[in-house]
Amino acid sequence: MARISVKVDGASYSDDVEPRMLLVHYLRERLGKVGTVVGCDTSNCGACTVHLDGRSVKSCNVLAVQADGHEVTTIEGISSGEELHPVQEAFRECHALQCGYCTPGMIMQAIDLLNENPSPSEEGIRHGLEGNLCRCTGYHNIVKAVQKAAGSDLEGAQQ
Amino acid sequence: MIPAQFDYAAPATVEEALSALASAGDDAKVIAGGQSLLPVLRMRLNAPSLVVDLSKIESLRGVRDDGDALVIGAMTTYQSILDDASVHEHLLLLVKAVETIADPQIRHRGTLGGALAHADPAGDVGATALALGAQFEITGSSGSRTVPADEFFQGLFETAVGEDELLTSIRFPKHTGWGAHYEKFVRVSHQWSIVAVAATVKAEGGTIQEARIGLTNMGDRPLRATSVEKALVGQQATEDAVRTAAASAAEGTDPPSDLNGDAEYRRSIVPVLTRRAVLAAAGG
Ligand SMILES: Cc1cc2nc3c(=O)[nH]c(=O)nc-3n(C[C@H](O)[C@H](O)[C@H](O)COP(=O)(O)OP(=O)(O)OC[C@H]3O[C@@H](n4cnc5c(N)ncnc54)[C@H](O)[C@@H]3O)c2cc1C
Ligand code: FES
Ligand code: FES
Repeated sequence: MARISVKVDGASYSDDVEPRMLLVHYLRERLGKVGTVVGCDTSNCGACTVHLDGRSVKSCNVLAVQADGHEVTTIEGISSGEELHPVQEAFRECHALQCGYCTPGMIMQAIDLLNENPSPSEEGIRHGLEGNLCRCTGYHNIVKAVQKAAGSDLEGAQQ
Repeated sequence: MIPAQFDYAAPATVEEALSALASAGDDAKVIAGGQSLLPVLRMRLNAPSLVVDLSKIESLRGVRDDGDALVIGAMTTYQSILDDASVHEHLLLLVKAVETIADPQIRHRGTLGGALAHADPAGDVGATALALGAQFEITGSSGSRTVPADEFFQGLFETAVGEDELLTSIRFPKHTGWGAHYEKFVRVSHQWSIVAVAATVKAEGGTIQEARIGLTNMGDRPLRATSVEKALVGQQATEDAVRTAAASAAEGTDPPSDLNGDAEYRRSIVPVLTRRAVLAAAGG
């Protein structure tokens, strides 16, 4: 067992974990943050995307021990109370999801992308989301949602 | 999928990391960004007894200007390379190659040293390091040694780094003012190179003075297209001249056959990709 201290969605946690535990399993099974999902076995799909110290990572491809001393933000930590994050709002407005399985990862990656470049081109958005797979939407509405969010005020959003 | 059990150490210095590796014998594995190692552990293709995490060793991170070269720490992430103005200025080819790797999430974690030590023949930084004439600093308990790129890569997933050693930094001679392009052939976005060509070219007034060309996935390790490099010297950077020079790009290669294409297919596309890479690098 290894002792880790992590800040997740603003709250501090200290836990003993097996070194082999993946960050995504720590988030889901220890902290109950089941908003972050697992979609593949190969680190390809991006459904498990969270932010580690403010940058997007695939939490199925990070060990919980590697997050020791760092800060994690999940899809559960981006709204303020009842008020959705502008990217969440834009996904809802633009009908950017069907089954919704890819959505937590898509939104976390879209936020990272907009933090880096607040007004990306359509191509920039498609490129920035290349590590996130969606089996339902055909991506068009996802791209539209990110374009819409780019026009909206991202300030006040966490990270 | 979950890796098999292992012990974990996160030492703060290279010395501590080396002694941790030595204490576990040949059954220890280093973890850098984990973007290749964790998939391997999750698939249970490997089950080390000890995993030594290098992420707390600050001295292994960052880009340092050393006069005629840039020295990049093994633990420098792809993203930090893309964010570094001196790499853009002096090693444009490295920027062009790294931009094509995987996706943003993986570029935030994956490290230059991890990718080079992993030595996947389809990996994008190997041919780039070879083309740029990189020197590899390898550190063991008895000190450091420097190995040139053409001796570093020794075969499929094989490098000059011993089991109880670490790749600590990579020294790249500056290629200031050289044009560069990484021509990566894939069928879908976010795929490993089926074949790729790393080209960096010094041209003046449309005439090529010097060219360095690395080939990705044309053998069990990165290769240089030396005959093309020679044929390009003194040529105009025109479509016809470059096509002629690039015709021999498959010479001396031994490409794999797999679901993405057989060896013959790879041999037949590599001259085309080489022409495109050189023309783009020459500013065509
Ligand atoms: C979905 C996906 C897509 C990808 N696509 C591409 C792609 O298109 N092109 C590409 O080039 N790569 C691709 N990669 C691989 C990626 O580039 C990896 O990040 C990189 O190969 C390994 O770097 P790392 O820092 O994550 O190393 P790790 O995974 O931590 O380590 C890799 C290996 O190197 C050893 N090692 C690491 N650091 C050192 C060191 N300093 N000294 C000695 N040994 C060391 C480890 O023990 C391990 O065996 C992809 C990966 C994934 C998951
Ligand atoms: S579950 Fe992490 S990338 Fe698919
Ligand atoms: S909405 Fe179903 S996978 Fe994207």
